[in-house]
Amino acid sequence: MKNYDKIIFELSQPGRQGYSLPKDNYGTDGLSGIPAELLREKDAELPEVSELDVVRHYTNLSNKNFGVDTGFYPLGSCTMKYNPKINEELCALPAFTSLHPQQNEESVQGALELYYNLQQMLSELAGLKEFTLNPYAGAHGELTGLMVMKKYHEAKGDHKRTKVIVPDSAHGTNPASAMVAGLEVVEVKSKPNGSIDVEDLKPLLDDTVAGIMMTNPNTLGMFETEITEIAKLVHEAGGLLYYDGANLNPLLGKVRPGDMGFDIMHINLHKTFSTPHGGGGPGSGPVGVAPHLVKHLPNPRVVKDENGKFHITSNNEDALGNISSFLGNFGVMMRAYAYILTLGKENIKNVGPLATLNANYIKENLKDDYLLPIEGVCKHEFVFDGLRDKSTEVTTLNVAKRLLDYGFHAPTIYFPLLFHESMMIEPTETESKDTLDQFIAVMHTIAKEAKENPELVKNAPNNTIVRKLDETTAAKNPILTFKALKENEA
Amino acid sequence: MSHKYMPHSEEDIKVMLDKVGVKNIDELYSDVPSEVILERDYDIPSCMSEIELRNHFKELADKNKQLIIFGGQGAYDHYSPSVIPHLLSRSEFYTAYTPYQPEISQGTLQYIFEYQSMISELTGMEATNASMYDGATAAAEALFMLVASSRKKNRVLISATVNDQVRKVVETYTKFHGVDLTVIPEKDGVTDLESLNTELEKGDVAGAMLPTPNKYGIIEDFSGVAEKIHAAKAFFAIYADPSTLAVLKTPAEWGADVACGDGQTLGMPLSFGGPYLGFISCSKAMLRKMPGRIVGATKDIDGKRGFVLTLQAREQHIRREKATSNICSNQSLMALYATIYIALLGDKGLKEVNKLSCDGAHYLYNKLIATGKFHPVYDKPFLKEFVVKSDLDLKKINDRLLQNGIMGGILLGDDKVEFAVTEKRSKEEIDNLVNLMLEA
Repeated sequence: MKNYDKIIFELSQPGRQGYSLPKDNYGTDGLSGIPAELLREKDAELPEVSELDVVRHYTNLSNKNFGVDTGFYPLGSCTMKYNPKINEELCALPAFTSLHPQQNEESVQGALELYYNLQQMLSELAGLKEFTLNPYAGAHGELTGLMVMKKYHEAKGDHKRTKVIVPDSAHGTNPASAMVAGLEVVEVKSKPNGSIDVEDLKPLLDDTVAGIMMTNPNTLGMFETEITEIAKLVHEAGGLLYYDGANLNPLLGKVRPGDMGFDIMHINLHKTFSTPHGGGGPGSGPVGVAPHLVKHLPNPRVVKDENGKFHITSNNEDALGNISSFLGNFGVMMRAYAYILTLGKENIKNVGPLATLNANYIKENLKDDYLLPIEGVCKHEFVFDGLRDKSTEVTTLNVAKRLLDYGFHAPTIYFPLLFHESMMIEPTETESKDTLDQFIAVMHTIAKEAKENPELVKNAPNNTIVRKLDETTAAKNPILTFKALKENEA
Repeated sequence: MSHKYMPHSEEDIKVMLDKVGVKNIDELYSDVPSEVILERDYDIPSCMSEIELRNHFKELADKNKQLIIFGGQGAYDHYSPSVIPHLLSRSEFYTAYTPYQPEISQGTLQYIFEYQSMISELTGMEATNASMYDGATAAAEALFMLVASSRKKNRVLISATVNDQVRKVVETYTKFHGVDLTVIPEKDGVTDLESLNTELEKGDVAGAMLPTPNKYGIIEDFSGVAEKIHAAKAFFAIYADPSTLAVLKTPAEWGADVACGDGQTLGMPLSFGGPYLGFISCSKAMLRKMPGRIVGATKDIDGKRGFVLTLQAREQHIRREKATSNICSNQSLMALYATIYIALLGDKGLKEVNKLSCDGAHYLYNKLIATGKFHPVYDKPFLKEFVVKSDLDLKKINDRLLQNGIMGGILLGDDKVEFAVTEKRSKEEIDNLVNLMLEA
C-alpha cells in the first residue's frame, strides 16, 4: 500500500456502512414534531464505507506522517520531546472520560483534585502564586494573560495603559495576541546578540505602557542576562512583565519565571510537560500569575475548602470573564500531571540542564559548517544563519528538505526574522547522544553535498511520498473540499 | 541522573561537556544572574514508578462517579465507536506537530482536508478551517470575522438563546477586543425577531449570530432572517450543533454567511469538558477573513496529488500585529476524531443517531408530561433536548438520581429542568429515570 493515494470519499460505495446502532423501538415515523420547513432539504454527501475501509484508510494515512515516535524532531521553539505511553493510557480511563462538565461536584472530586494538584505544582515550578488551566493552547494562554494585564490596570482606574512592548525577535503570536486583547504593540529592538536593548527600552517606558512580553531564553536561545534590570525598570514604570512560556524547558530545574520578576506567564503543557502535539493540538496553555493578579484569573476556577473538598467557582466579579466553555482541555492536563509525577522532584530538575547540554553539543559540532551568528553558550535551542559557505547558493530551505530524505524532521526555518537564513534547532532532553551524533553526521554530509553536488540538495526532497508541492497554485486557486477537487478535476 | 525519559549516561555527559568546552552542567548557566538561580529542589512530590502512578490514578478515579447522563447544555453523551480511539492512538498522528513540512505530513494534511470537506457538507458552506479550540471561542472569532468583513461597523448581535457558556466567552472576547456586543432578548424560548429587526434598522450592525438548536433545545425558525440581515448590509452567522445538521436545515440553507459551533457532538467523549472541537465554516466570499489553518489540495512536481497549508498570508506568524486572530495550535487530533466518526456513520448513520435521540427525547418528554407533575414550558419543536417545569423539589430529585448513578436534567432556576437524550439512552433507562424521579 506504499502508493496509497485515495481520499475517503473515493472509497464510497452506495449501501456500505461502518457503524451499528440499536434498533429504534419507539414506533415512530420521521422526526417527531419537527415541521418539514425546519429540516434539511438536500442530503449531505458523505462517504459510505465499511469499518475495515475506515481502519485501512487512516492507517495508510498515518504511514504518510512523521512524528516524535518516528524519529528525531528538532523543531525549534516547539519542544518535541517524547510523549510517554503510560500517560495516554491513564488519560483514557473511563472514570475521567465519561464525566459531564456539569455533573454534580460530589461526583467529580477525583477530576477536581487532579486539576487542583496540577495548578499547585505548576505554581511551584513557575514561582508564581496561582494558575488557571482553562486556556486551550499557548496562544490562548497569551491572550488570557494579556487580558489579566489589561484588567489589572483597568481595575485600578488606569485606562491610559494600552501599549504592550514586544521584542522584534518575539514569536509572531505575541503581537497577534496583544492585538486580539485590544492592546497596541510597540516593538523594542534587539541588540546584535539578540537580547533586548535596555537603552532602547527605557524611553518606551511611560505611563501608557501596560507591560512587556518576553521569552527568556529569547527566540535565539540566549538567556536575557539583564532580566532583573528589565524587570525593575518595567515595574518602576507601573507595567507588568509577561513571560511567554514557549521557551520554558531549559529553565526547568534552574530558574523560575516568578523569581526573575515576571508577573504573568503561560505554560505550553504540550511542550515542557510532554503532552502530545496531536498534529497541531489539542494543547493546553495554563496561565499563572503573581499574588496581586489572582483575583483577575478567568472563571470558572477550581478551589479547595478547609475540609479538603473541591469546588468549581464561577462568580468571581473581579475575574476578567470566561475564556473557555468549561475547564479547558482536561484530557491534556491529565497527561501533564502524570508526567510531573513520573519525574518527581528528583528528576525534573535535570530536564532543563540536559536539554541545554544537548543543544550546545549539536551547536559546537556543526558550527564549522553552518554559520553561527551568536557565539557563546545557548540554552535549549540555537539558530544558524544557513550554511557557512554561501557560494553554493544552497539555502536553509534546501537543507531542511534534504534532511527529510535522510529521515529526520527539519528544524524551524526562516524564524526568527533577525537573520535571512534562520535554522532554529531544538533537541530535547529525551534525545540520546547517539541520536544527536546521527543528526550531526547527516548535517555534515548535507554541507558536503552542498559543495560537491548542490543540485542534489536544491532538488530535495527526493525520496519522500510526495515531492516539492505547488503552494503558489494552492493559494491562488484554493481547493478546500473534496467537492471542489472533483469540480476542478472535471 | 538516570531516568527512563532521559537517556544520558555519566560517560555521555562527560564527552558532551568536553565538546562544549565547559567543566560541568552548572557552567551552562553561568550567564544567568546568580540571584535568580533556584538553589533547592522544587516542593513537589517524589517520583512515582508506573505501578505507583497507576495506583494514584485509580484512587483519583474512584473519587469520580460514572453516571447515566441526561444532561446536555452544550456537552452530549453520544456514542463513540470503538474504531476511533484505536486509530487516534497511531503515534504517527498524535506525536506529530503542525504540518510545516508537507512532504512528511501528508497524513495530517489529508485528514484535515477530509475534515474540511465533511464539515462543509454538514453546514452546506464552501469552506471550513482546520478547527478552533471549542464552540465558544469559535463563536467569538466568527463574530470578529463579521466585523472584519464589514467596513467600519463595529457592533455585533448575539441571541440570548445561544448557550450561556458560549455567550460568556463571546462577552469576554468582544469586551477586550473593543467590539460592541448587543444581546437580542428571547421571547417564548426563541430569539425575539422583532428586537433583531429593531437593532438592524439602526444601521451600525456588522453581523448577528443565532443558534440551531438553541440553548433550550428548540429548533428556531429563521425564515426571512437572512434577507433582513443582508438588507441591513450585515452578515449572518449561525451557531450550530454539527451532528444535528444531517437532518436539520443547514446554515447555508438558512442563508448564513458563517457557521460555527462545537463538534463534541460528533461522538467525542464528555471528558469533563475537553478536549472538544470548535469549527468555523463560511462562504467563499468570507474565506480570506477566516481565522486559523486551512488545507488545500495541490500537486507535487511529478504531478502527484498532495495537500498543503494554504492562504497563510492571513495568519499570525506572517501578519504579527496586523493579524485578526492569534490562533496557531488548534484541536487537530479532535478534527481527526470527527473525521473518522463521520466516515464511519455516514449520512445514514448520522440520521439514525438523530432519529434515536429525537425519539428518546420525545418519549421522555411525553412520559414526564403524562405524570401531571411536569408541565410544558415552550410549545416549540425540539430534537434531543427540552425544558419542562415542575413544583416538585427538583434539586432533591437530582440528588436522589445521583445516588442511583444518574445525572438528571440540568436545573434552570428552581422550577425548570432541561433534559438531553442521545442514542445511548435506552427506553429502559428512560423508564427507570422517570420512576426514580417520582419516588416520594
